[in-house]
Amino acid sequence: MADLGFSATEMMTVAASRLLGNDSVCFVGIGLPSTAANLARLSHAPDVTLIYESGPIGAKPDVLPLSIGDGNLSLTADTVVSTPEIFRYWLQGGRITTGFLGAAQIDRFANINTTVIGDYAHPKVRLPGAGGAPEIASLAGEVLIILKQSPRAFVERLDFITSAGFLDGGDARERAGLPGKGPTSVITDLGILRPDTESRELTLVSLHPGATVEQAVEATGWPLKIAADLATTEPPKADELAVLRDLEARTARAHAGAA
Amino acid sequence: MAKIISLREAVADLVRDGDHVALEGFTHLIPHAAGHEIIRQGKKDLTLYRMTPDLVYDQLIGMGCASKLVFSWGGNPGVGSLHRFRDAVQNNWPVPFEIQEHSHADMANSYVAGASNLPFAIMRGYVGSDLPKYNDRIRFIDCPFTGEKLAAMPSIRLDTAIIHAQKADRRGNVLMWGIVGVQKEAVLSAKRAIVTVEEIVDDLQPSPNAVILPRWVVDAVCPVPGGAAPSYAQDYYERDNSFYQRWDPIARDRDAFSAWMKAHILDTDDFADFKRSLGRELEAVNG
Repeated sequence: MADLGFSATEMMTVAASRLLGNDSVCFVGIGLPSTAANLARLSHAPDVTLIYESGPIGAKPDVLPLSIGDGNLSLTADTVVSTPEIFRYWLQGGRITTGFLGAAQIDRFANINTTVIGDYAHPKVRLPGAGGAPEIASLAGEVLIILKQSPRAFVERLDFITSAGFLDGGDARERAGLPGKGPTSVITDLGILRPDTESRELTLVSLHPGATVEQAVEATGWPLKIAADLATTEPPKADELAVLRDLEARTARAHAGAA
Repeated sequence: MAKIISLREAVADLVRDGDHVALEGFTHLIPHAAGHEIIRQGKKDLTLYRMTPDLVYDQLIGMGCASKLVFSWGGNPGVGSLHRFRDAVQNNWPVPFEIQEHSHADMANSYVAGASNLPFAIMRGYVGSDLPKYNDRIRFIDCPFTGEKLAAMPSIRLDTAIIHAQKADRRGNVLMWGIVGVQKEAVLSAKRAIVTVEEIVDDLQPSPNAVILPRWVVDAVCPVPGGAAPSYAQDYYERDNSFYQRWDPIARDRDAFSAWMKAHILDTDDFADFKRSLGRELEAVNG
């Protein structure tokens, strides 16, 4: 593939960051969601509110946290509350506009698995578990999911549904009584998928520059639906890339001292 | 009423075989020194609770102190898996081991219910998740007023809660700040509580909203400077990220793990001795 001047991971992070705005109140997962959310804050959405489940509200970390409760989150936050308060008042209370999650596995209706691969009692791979995800996925106004697209991650059938997307599709989510809208975008290293308005099945709506439809189909464990008006994602702008690379370099320097 | 005693005495008096015990901390203020002392004293058959079990739980589980873990997220933050935890789940090594798995919102609510002396917690949650299929302590009830379906979980009621805080005064009142997690709720849901602290001071000089645990809800206050390392204590020391990375290869292998635990924990007297032992090893590695 020709050198585009940016990596697929950078494209994924930039595309995800663009989905947050100044009015977003975002409940941020660690890893890729945290990178994209902080890129949004440091570029086009300086007033975005970032909330981490460990308690910081309005965190403005100068470098990316390694863990969900790093000191630079609490030291830069508007306020730090207890963990019960985060889940009871702020998430369950309906104050979160956007839940931002990663996942180990996802299915066509954007249900996600972060618990086990294989049988629950005799797992092939034991993953860390639910953390805050089940309630973020059900209670946030909408949910963004970021993960790399591969047949191991985009599977026909999940071994375990940790957190609900659209369940069996159609109006299953509404019928189950889940308050939030559910996943509105799944951002991968190849493109952006959105749920079909009727079936709620994830559909490829935008392809990143350099990626092909064939690649996206091959990286998906079910017959992937492609939007009729498939778009091409706008490549990262120079300033978006500069801010992201600077953030990652600062982070690497900060954590290298200890490593 | 709090007594200021050594960690060795506190663990000997207040942690008993078969107890339900939590060593809580959410990345910050994780009571590592207390976990080591439980291992040194060979406590057994504990039911351990923790929202985010990490390295000190890997150590407790790998040394056979626990027969059960109640948790909502288990991992080595920023690094990967807990290998001793996985070996226990998959192979019952070194002792038979079961898990009871929840979500964070559930455990936070269940601690609050325990601290509130209620029989159970309710929340909006778990709809569509498979977790209730594998954990019969997650059930659903109808709201008596609106009919809404809500998740219900029994309260967490601990025998012993163990936490680490920044300061206590000479009477045993405890002050902590920064990310405070569920530590207050854990202490208030327990019959007995041990708090290790960075230092004991004459006057806490707290601001009115600082998290204070009055001495009459705490049984033992134990001065253990650095006792949360390799996690951090805000305004005292930072997280030792390199230790979390070094832990991965140690924990991968049963023999390497057992040798490390023997050298640095079983064969040391206390946390200060552990730190000296670890320091000697690092010096040898780094020349």
